[in-house]
Amino acid sequence: MLRFLLRRAALIVPTFIGVTLVAFALIHFIPGDPVENISGERGMDAARRARLLHEFGLDRPLPVQYLNYVGQVLHGDLGTSLTTHEPVLREFATLFPATVELAFFALLFALAVGLPAGALAAVKRNTAADYVVMGAALTGYSMPIFWWALLLILFFSVQLGWTPVSGRIAVQYDVAATTGFMLVDTLKAGDWAAFRSALSHLVLPALVLGTIPLAVIARITRSAMLEVLREDYIRAARSRGLGTVRVVVVHALRNALIPIVTVIGLQVGLLLSGAILTETIFSWPGIGNWLIHGVQARDYPVVQGGVLLIATIVITVNLIVDVLYGVINPRIRHG
Amino acid sequence: MDAVPAGHAPLLDVAGLAVSFPGAHGDVAAVTDAAFSVAAGETLGIVGESGSGKTVSALAIMGLVDAPARVTARTLAIAGHDVAALRPGDRARRALLARRVAMIFQDPLASLDPCYSVGAQLDEVLKEAGTADERASRARRRARALELLRDVEIPDPAARLAAYPHQLSGGMAQRVMIALALAARPALLIADEPTTALDVTVQAQVLALLRKLQAETGMALLMISHDLAVVAAMAARVVVMYAGEVVESGAVPAIFATPRHPYTAALVAALPESVPLGAPLAALPGRVPDPRHRPAGCVFAPRCARRAERCTETRPALADAGGTAVRCFFPLHGPASPAVAGAMP
Repeated sequence: MLRFLLRRAALIVPTFIGVTLVAFALIHFIPGDPVENISGERGMDAARRARLLHEFGLDRPLPVQYLNYVGQVLHGDLGTSLTTHEPVLREFATLFPATVELAFFALLFALAVGLPAGALAAVKRNTAADYVVMGAALTGYSMPIFWWALLLILFFSVQLGWTPVSGRIAVQYDVAATTGFMLVDTLKAGDWAAFRSALSHLVLPALVLGTIPLAVIARITRSAMLEVLREDYIRAARSRGLGTVRVVVVHALRNALIPIVTVIGLQVGLLLSGAILTETIFSWPGIGNWLIHGVQARDYPVVQGGVLLIATIVITVNLIVDVLYGVINPRIRHG
Repeated sequence: MDAVPAGHAPLLDVAGLAVSFPGAHGDVAAVTDAAFSVAAGETLGIVGESGSGKTVSALAIMGLVDAPARVTARTLAIAGHDVAALRPGDRARRALLARRVAMIFQDPLASLDPCYSVGAQLDEVLKEAGTADERASRARRRARALELLRDVEIPDPAARLAAYPHQLSGGMAQRVMIALALAARPALLIADEPTTALDVTVQAQVLALLRKLQAETGMALLMISHDLAVVAAMAARVVVMYAGEVVESGAVPAIFATPRHPYTAALVAALPESVPLGAPLAALPGRVPDPRHRPAGCVFAPRCARRAERCTETRPALADAGGTAVRCFFPLHGPASPAVAGAMP
């Protein structure tokens, strides 16, 4: 297990080089630069522009700029935002809990619906229930996120008025951000009205962000369950008079979970990238929204630092999933 | 057809059992006419080659054959309760079965859930089908689990409780399967090819264990095997199945000494013991008919050396012929004609 962990940890080095290189190259490929963005429509005289470019270190050759950046990152410094002049790491740390809160509830929704739906489809294979679940999963998977979000907003927010259109909490509530998780903070403050407001703001974005992972989880659960339901030990468990629910949940689903967990780990990357779009649609103040603004403002440190941090988190989560894989699979745990 | 002591309903009574699977070109019959009964405490063997329907019959009795397959039976009674009309998943049927009939399978390692330890699996079945005491108390269940592992002669049972299936050998896994089966104190244990997947030395140990446990608990045993020798060593009576139907049934000594059905005779002749050392083993030409294209008359006719015109046209019924039941128009060793060794012409 330790050797396995070390081997996986060693992969972080090439991944780090790849991610920084790609993030650096992509943001520099976009036409324009931060100085142009600052000067706006009125323009700026050449001398002032040259001074600013020099100040940001953008007048040097790209390879030098890249190496400077990497050197800086290796010292734990992700630079400061060119627009807000705040350290990138601090901005990220402030906004990240909002994204985690959103992604967590999206995943929770995807699991709470996807696992039972997939299991049901497998148990009732080739029946109407199976076709409905799989049809809905395919629809969810192929639906463009922004369109799905707009549909939900039009129906639940505009038509029915059940949920707010955007943001994390209604403006009248001022809750001290101790953890950064709005639901936790409002609960700690004991402010039930604020908690309800935060919850109603969370529902639609979480549903939208969770839709694709839900579809993936439902489909993978169905196929993993179909495989397991054919196994001898399922027949043996049934021969002992165990009830259907017990056989399906305790024996079949437990064994099917082994391939499912791998897929759930991969969904985390999808959740964080999906969050960028979802947060933009719902004006959710998380890192997705922040990155989009960074790209628009050609805020190089924000984009590079943000991408690097997200990549690090995805790698870490997948590492945790690999460890979890050993925990849920006795054949790996007791080699 | 088999003599059951008068006044006692047999523990298991099966007649006219049929199982068919829907196929692309109409139904495929896996079992067409299985009939046998097991009395309390006795051992009945079922022999037949693969595809003869012996395993499917057992699964159908246990209610483990799922839709779209269709199970029908003229009689399917467990301890006097007729369950022929109940659906396989029916709660009442399941409750009736769980406390009375247990089953062990051909591949013991694949029949244990890989995610749970031996102890957890024993605990689960005791919680479901143990005594009231056992269902109520975790400590009781643990004590009983240890006792069960000792009963099936597993060394160091306390350590084995924590073991996972992949840490067990095949023989050890089959012992655990037997312990799981015994947990509900069944009146009947169905053993489907219990030793086929095991090493020869382990086979004998497991058979000896089954005999010992049967003597201790008084349970009945339904021993399913393709191996006539295994059945002969265990059972007092034997049912021979071929292509989904019973072709002969009777007491083991009679079946061995004077097989009536040509198929049984061929099975007996194929035993290594019945061939002189150095001589080639007897082999039966041909193969079991494809269930999609069953012969119109006797199912064995295409492979039978004794077949007459009648055999390919009319299906013989299972008829009582001097103590054994046989499904043949021209049985061997009729009471009139005394036994002749190697009577197959």
